[in-house]
Amino acid sequence: MYTQALNQQPESAPREADNAEAAARFQARIDAEERIEANDWMPEAYRRTLTRQISQHAHSEIVGMLPEGNWITRAPSLRRKAALLAKVQDECGHGLYLYAAAETLGTSREELVDQLLSGRAKYSSIFNYPTLTWADMGAIGWLVDGAAIMNQIPLCRCSYGPYARAMIRVCKEESFHQRQGYEIMLTLCRGNAEQKAMAQDALNRFWWPCLMMFGPPDTQSQHSDMSMRWKIKRFSNDELRQKFINATVPQAEILGLTLPDPELKQIDGVWHHGPIDWDEFHRVIAGGGPCNRERLAARRRAHDEGAWVREAAAAFAAKRAPKNQTEKQAA
Amino acid sequence: MPAASPLLRYVLRRADDALILGHRLSEWCGHAPMMEEDMALANMGLDLLGQARALYTYAGEVEGVGRNEDDFAYRRIERDYENLLLTEQPNGDFAHTMLRQFLYAAFAYPYWQAMMTSPDATLAAIAAKSEKEMAYHLRHSAEWMLRLGDGTAESHRRLAAALEILWPTTGELFTTDEGEQALIAQAIATDPESVRPQWTATVTQTLTQATIEIPAKAWMHTGGRQGRHSEAFGHLLTELQYVQRLIPNATW
Amino acid sequence: MPTPNTPIWEVFIRSRNGLAHKHVGSLHAADATLALQAARDLYTRRGEGLSIWVVPTASITASDPQDREMLFEPTASKPYRHPTFYEIPDEVGHM
Repeated sequence: MYTQALNQQPESAPREADNAEAAARFQARIDAEERIEANDWMPEAYRRTLTRQISQHAHSEIVGMLPEGNWITRAPSLRRKAALLAKVQDECGHGLYLYAAAETLGTSREELVDQLLSGRAKYSSIFNYPTLTWADMGAIGWLVDGAAIMNQIPLCRCSYGPYARAMIRVCKEESFHQRQGYEIMLTLCRGNAEQKAMAQDALNRFWWPCLMMFGPPDTQSQHSDMSMRWKIKRFSNDELRQKFINATVPQAEILGLTLPDPELKQIDGVWHHGPIDWDEFHRVIAGGGPCNRERLAARRRAHDEGAWVREAAAAFAAKRAPKNQTEKQAA
Repeated sequence: MPAASPLLRYVLRRADDALILGHRLSEWCGHAPMMEEDMALANMGLDLLGQARALYTYAGEVEGVGRNEDDFAYRRIERDYENLLLTEQPNGDFAHTMLRQFLYAAFAYPYWQAMMTSPDATLAAIAAKSEKEMAYHLRHSAEWMLRLGDGTAESHRRLAAALEILWPTTGELFTTDEGEQALIAQAIATDPESVRPQWTATVTQTLTQATIEIPAKAWMHTGGRQGRHSEAFGHLLTELQYVQRLIPNATW
Repeated sequence: MPTPNTPIWEVFIRSRNGLAHKHVGSLHAADATLALQAARDLYTRRGEGLSIWVVPTASITASDPQDREMLFEPTASKPYRHPTFYEIPDEVGHM
């Protein structure tokens, strides 16, 4: 709501260095669990951190449409087809809510999208893996959405009001996404041997990349300390990863599938996993995943091929604007 | 299998229209010119998939041999689909897709509106739901006709080019056969010909306002209603049916 | 070349008759008609609304957070605007 006003804010806001007092007041508000709103004074680093995080989150939703979009036309029943189309459409909607939240911090959506298309912005590494079989729709819904929900629920209490409100809406709408995926897996696992093998194969390919979705281990995470202090983040990467594993192991058992980690074992009620290949994580983030090029190329193509449509809409609006005004005056 | 009854064939044809057009719209997901329009295209696709499901389910009841919506949608051969050629036309650019939607919705909206009075209670109920959905598709696509036709020189050129390609598939909207004529005589089905004046008025008014010239009398393609499709249609089915054909007789 | 900005609109939805329109978020659209349609597709996918308003974001004037004390604190010292300020014997009942 405050986008316009905010566009001027970075210049008019008192500079951090000049204003240790403002910074202390800001931190006190955070400590008191007050929400920060778009027009409020905030440290530039807080603004930058949030702009980066929210826009990356938005990019992930939009790029995340592609791997699942790959199967909409091949969904094996009308029920599945409708559910998958609705789910991928939701992801677009969530991207839009998130871009809107990011814009309140003073950077336009167009600029944020340009950052994605030019390769300057990052998005979740998971979407750089290919979707090879129908079972991948099940694995993504169950595991990727499951991991996303673990990440997103604490964000509903994020200190930045517009982000927290967007996340509340997203979490409410996403509640069907994971169930949708798990139901696909369940149907495959109760089906014939070929279907069950398809489900196991999807789990094998998506398990480790899903664990990587929570980000590097706490010992290596560079943004965590400040984000925790600012209550942007409420749990560490490792804490969330652990929660996810604990929740997922029994779900896999019900499916009758084996998690592809021979070292996975329970000690005092907590599941301990084998080593995660962090080299792979860094390689995929840096552009070396199986589908990085395809994903960005697809978004660029949509953007470039849509340019004439956006131009037409803008040209039409410009032509009609004065005419509408005269009509109103006449009426 | 015995020849389909006129009612079964009538229901399947409308179901096929909705499925195939819905499927085409779903191909856009993730690739639209702006994200807001991605939302719109998916919503229209979901409306049509919903219509298809209701109609196929009813077809299964009419037929009475236990076929369900997926048996019809996924397990027939190319020649058994009898959708309008218009609905299967490839997406092309955004102008093609929106024009296809406009030309179809300008027909389907008044058609389903008329069908609401059918003595066949199931068809009347499906019509009541579809009529509202198609009214919105018409509203949305007509707004785009204005913007593309009267936007930039490029958008005008693209829309005009799309019209040249799609126009010859519009004649089929109004065709019927003997079986459908019998249903029309019993007032179970609406004669599509009765909707032609409204369709022509909507299309003429909107496209004229969009500064797009309507093609002079042209040769009109037919064949979709008899299962004779364009070559692109086989490829659409190849995708649509892939998983069902990969592991036949499985539950998904 | 950077992508040109499309105007931003704020979206307000009335979820039920009898309720006021409530701010739900924003979107981008070239004009008011497209904004209204986009609002319908983006913010009412689950039966959330019966009526939509879209307002150009640029036409909203917001109060400055720095004026918060000046604008809103003076009301804190006026308890006599609230019913609990007045003492009425219990036997009078609900008033």
